[in-house]
Amino acid sequence: MGLERTEAVVPIIDLARIYRSLRLIRRAEEEVARIYPSDKIKSPVHLSIGQEAIAVGVCDALRPEDVVSPTYRGHAAYLAKGGSLKLMMAELYGKVTGVAGGKGGSMHLIEMGHNVLGASAVVGTTIPVALGYALALKRAREPRVVAVFFGDGATEEGVFSESLNFAALQKLPVVFVCENNFYAIHTPIPKRWATQRLCERVATYGIPTHHIDDGDPLKIRDVVADAAARMRGGDGGPVFIECRTYRWREHVGPNEDFDAGYRRRADLEPWLAGDQVEIIGRRLPPGERAAIDAAIERELAEAVDFAETSPFPQREALYTHVYAGK
Amino acid sequence: MSMPESNQRLLTYVDALREAVAQEMRLDPRVFVFGLDVDDHKAIQGSTRGLLDEFGPERVFGTPLSEDAMTGVAIGAAMAGMRPIHVHIRMDFLMLAMNQLVNIAAKSHYMYDGQVRVPLVVRSMIGKSWGQGAQHSQGLHAMFMHVPGLKVVAPSNAHDAKGCMIAAIRDDNPVIFVEHRLLYSTDALVPEEAFEVPFGKARITMPGKDITIVGISNMMMECLRAHELLAEQGIEAEVIDPISLMPLDIDTIRKSAGRTGRLLVVDNAWTSCGASAEIIAGVAEALDGGRPIHMRRMGYAPTTCPTTPVLEDAFYPNAATIAGAAHAMVRPDKTWQPDPERAKLAYQVKFRGPF
Repeated sequence: MGLERTEAVVPIIDLARIYRSLRLIRRAEEEVARIYPSDKIKSPVHLSIGQEAIAVGVCDALRPEDVVSPTYRGHAAYLAKGGSLKLMMAELYGKVTGVAGGKGGSMHLIEMGHNVLGASAVVGTTIPVALGYALALKRAREPRVVAVFFGDGATEEGVFSESLNFAALQKLPVVFVCENNFYAIHTPIPKRWATQRLCERVATYGIPTHHIDDGDPLKIRDVVADAAARMRGGDGGPVFIECRTYRWREHVGPNEDFDAGYRRRADLEPWLAGDQVEIIGRRLPPGERAAIDAAIERELAEAVDFAETSPFPQREALYTHVYAGK
Repeated sequence: MSMPESNQRLLTYVDALREAVAQEMRLDPRVFVFGLDVDDHKAIQGSTRGLLDEFGPERVFGTPLSEDAMTGVAIGAAMAGMRPIHVHIRMDFLMLAMNQLVNIAAKSHYMYDGQVRVPLVVRSMIGKSWGQGAQHSQGLHAMFMHVPGLKVVAPSNAHDAKGCMIAAIRDDNPVIFVEHRLLYSTDALVPEEAFEVPFGKARITMPGKDITIVGISNMMMECLRAHELLAEQGIEAEVIDPISLMPLDIDTIRKSAGRTGRLLVVDNAWTSCGASAEIIAGVAEALDGGRPIHMRRMGYAPTTCPTTPVLEDAFYPNAATIAGAAHAMVRPDKTWQPDPERAKLAYQVKFRGPF
């Protein structure tokens, strides 16, 4: 069994790093959900709870100089790539100390210092932007790769197909990561796709595809690591990974929405049982896990305190950065 | 810095565009040119001719049509530090790039709090005549003027085409570069060396005291001919070329209109919510209780552009209709219409398709 083999070879230090990232994202978003009813968070939040393992698996295979392009459901990719929790929390609060000075909010996270490209609220829009970034890296002969995240809904946008073609044509160093959580807001895939053969569709562009059903971050990491090694600084070209996953909370906001009628709570049960935060956490020595958990709680408390005590921007800030100076 | 006369020579608009891009590409390795057909034998009516040979296929390359994705690619490359020039052979096709231009290019510097810049030039050509019709003729610059974060320039002559192109390439913001197909063959004195025509500075092309006429893009040519026709009637029109539409030098126009008491704005576009409406509004707001100014807009007929010449002629303002409108504003008590034959512009008469 692949899983047993993987368990046997993954060093504890890797598991600890991956667990720390998974747990940090889970707890950060639980904290966002806890704070949300207070109305202190001035931003619509699209929580990744349940989907963390994809971003963590992908980013664990990347180097600091590699680039990620997150979506508006982007807390996970942002944090997994090393984006600052403090600056993210302050951004959600609309504070001047936020990562975008309070002008972007949850849907427009960015941290170029960690090579996190800006997220967009318009589905699919960031896919070609990530390609452009990759084109620049390739032209500069830099051995860096770009991982671009998007959901199942984005694959229905015309720009997705245009981007697949161009990335394959130019052999761009791009990892396409589809987080397939089965819903575009509230509309399920059977109402949107004529067939579910997404990987087959992508493969016709000449792009190698991978399909990962269980959200195992170690499998995702290995696929990305192989692909990245093949494309760094060369002509390996793009790769496409469809990762099935499940959104535990509502599309936007802090709550569950299984009472809304568009999906059943029973659909969630297998994903709860397969929760990667728990699965990876259980593989750590209990003492080590407890120490990681405690450190995350401290980090989280500091981030919330930083957000709460930071000032709002001055009104004059409305007019800064409309145009870039020369 | 003034240019020595000896460095200037007659150059066509299309050659001025090409020269500007080539000079900047020699100077700055970050500049590249891409878009459908930029590297083919027709070279975008000649405006990209020779670039492939000189700079190679990594810096000059054709693309799939994919205007949406290609615009995103340009934006991403710009964020990574390159300076792309994305070429569209008709402005109408920019509608396919609208999401990227409006939602990403215009907003990234702002919504990401200055962490990225988008130094991008979007070249787009407006067509006219020889049956260009509904979807090869639209001047859609006002749509882009509406959105903060974009700059919009519409040079009307070869000199400004070169200077604006160099300024656009060096600008750290997305610039929508509005070209007009019928201007490509027109020539002007253009300095040999690289120079910038700064954005946000209008030019008084012809001084006059009786009426201020603002001409945008190709309409500048019609306004200059109208100026001659009006002069024969003893009317001195002051003709202003805004050159850049965003930023817009409303002060130069306002002061001129304040002197003449009359303002006629002629756009190569529809008037509704257009550049002409914006200019009139800007001048009206600045009146502030002062002397009233008689104002009027001219532009496309409020219809779709037809292909048959008889209807197409009626669709556009021309030197005769502009001169007639200006005359009516200056001398409302006298009726006068210029001879349409004398209003024809030489470069339009000799123009032949396909395009």
